[in-house]
Amino acid sequence: MNESKKKAIITVVGKDTVGIIARICTYLAENKINILDISQTIVQDYFNMMMIADLTGKEKPFSELQDDLRKVGEEIGVEVHCQKSEIFEMMHRI
Amino acid sequence: MINIQEVQETNQMVREENLDVRTITIGISLLSCIDENRERLTSKIYDRITETAKDLSRTAETIEKEFGIPIVNRRISCTPAALIGAAACRSIEDFVEIAKTMDRAAAAVGVNLIGGYSALVSKGMTQADELLIRSLPAALSETERVCSSVNVAESRTGINMDAVRLCGETILQVAEKSKDESGAACMKLVIFCNAPDDNPFMAGAFHGVTEADAIINVGVSGPGVVKTALSRVRGESFEVLCETIKKTAFKVTRVGQAVAGEASRLLNIPFGIVDLSLAPTPAIGDSVADILCEIGLECPGAPGTTAALALLNDQVKKGGVMASSYVGGLSGAFIPVSEDQGMIDAAARGAITLEKLEAMTAVCSVGLDMIAIPGDTEASSISGMIADEMAIGMVNHKTTAVRLIPAIGKKVGDTVEFGGLFGRAPVMGVNLCSCRAFVERKGRIPAPIHSFKN
Repeated sequence: MNESKKKAIITVVGKDTVGIIARICTYLAENKINILDISQTIVQDYFNMMMIADLTGKEKPFSELQDDLRKVGEEIGVEVHCQKSEIFEMMHRI
Repeated sequence: MINIQEVQETNQMVREENLDVRTITIGISLLSCIDENRERLTSKIYDRITETAKDLSRTAETIEKEFGIPIVNRRISCTPAALIGAAACRSIEDFVEIAKTMDRAAAAVGVNLIGGYSALVSKGMTQADELLIRSLPAALSETERVCSSVNVAESRTGINMDAVRLCGETILQVAEKSKDESGAACMKLVIFCNAPDDNPFMAGAFHGVTEADAIINVGVSGPGVVKTALSRVRGESFEVLCETIKKTAFKVTRVGQAVAGEASRLLNIPFGIVDLSLAPTPAIGDSVADILCEIGLECPGAPGTTAALALLNDQVKKGGVMASSYVGGLSGAFIPVSEDQGMIDAAARGAITLEKLEAMTAVCSVGLDMIAIPGDTEASSISGMIADEMAIGMVNHKTTAVRLIPAIGKKVGDTVEFGGLFGRAPVMGVNLCSCRAFVERKGRIPAPIHSFKN
């Protein structure tokens, strides 16, 4: 299988607050998902984060991860999206 | 590795600029269903369609979620029904039964439109072809999901004027039959020149006889993305303008390629083509007309419109071709009047006329599309409009099409409402001079010469 098919891009957008990264990372650790890269920016108090996660060790189906992450986001008042990385690599890499 | 700006760019295209995959279309060959018994034929057609497309809706939803890209439509295109029904159908009613079967099969697999109730008659009509065309008023008004197309001309064969005449009369009858729904059935009928075998877009999609048993074709779209990109280069040179369109088209098409590849893998059906068309919807910010304005026109229809559209169409292709391993279908900018808010506005203020639209179709995909005309237009005038559009396609070796909606009981200046994705259309004026004596001539217009190009 293509390398990129095992990677996901997790994006978080919302009002900055304490513990956003901690909550997401805890969830990922519990589900045996390794984080390859994190970057974040804060624009006018708005928190923007992107993570590249390695799904090789994951146990749950992808759609369940997506739903769980969305719920984690709702609890702390931010929007969390999880997408397969292929779509970004196709669009931005030749 | 992908960086945060790139991720934000992609997600902004989806969330704010209406980037989406317009359709995943499964092309299904019905050649194996041919039977001389009509009941056996329709039962085989139903089984073949429902079996091949049973996972289409679910797969599209999975991909939508995995990639975070909306997939607006899931559709099916079939082998032209005139070929499939020729052995079994002896009457108009027999053909209508095929349409009803296609309709039921599409409903069973959750598909909103199914194409291929079609006839290919560019040189001559078989008895079955003629029966199918004559069955259209009943078939299109008695079904909900079935779309039809008739290919009446080819650059290699010329224009079949007998078929053009019949289609003009048929369009009026279809409009009359569905006058209570503002002639909505006419939206499901396209008259083609040089119809492609692998077009994923309705209403003109059918699965050509040159195709395999089943195939995945994908149509992408992103007029809003192109417009937003162009808003950042206002006042720049044509070089910058063209580069921007190309780069944007590349990105948009890559999404289509990714989705097509994934759909093909999950459904275990070979990937056919990605169609590069810029297809608008009536949603604000999803308009090809707005791109023309961003290029520098006050309104579509202004002098310079044809040149701007030619540029846009060409750059979309140049950017898109490298993004996909196989490009096909119609692949150009669509200018359906009723489905594009900018075009609706231009027509309503009288900035754009049928004649200007005809000129525009010479340089873009696909033709006189989704245009409401007065309900009292003569059948021969409709045939004349079809013949004009076919001539443009035939001589320029391109696909052209006509999808007209005679609005029964309405006159120029009135508006027809279709609702939803089909939008609304101001009724446009048709030249009132007669072409009856021209259209009533029998036979066909010969194919054009292919040398001495001037």
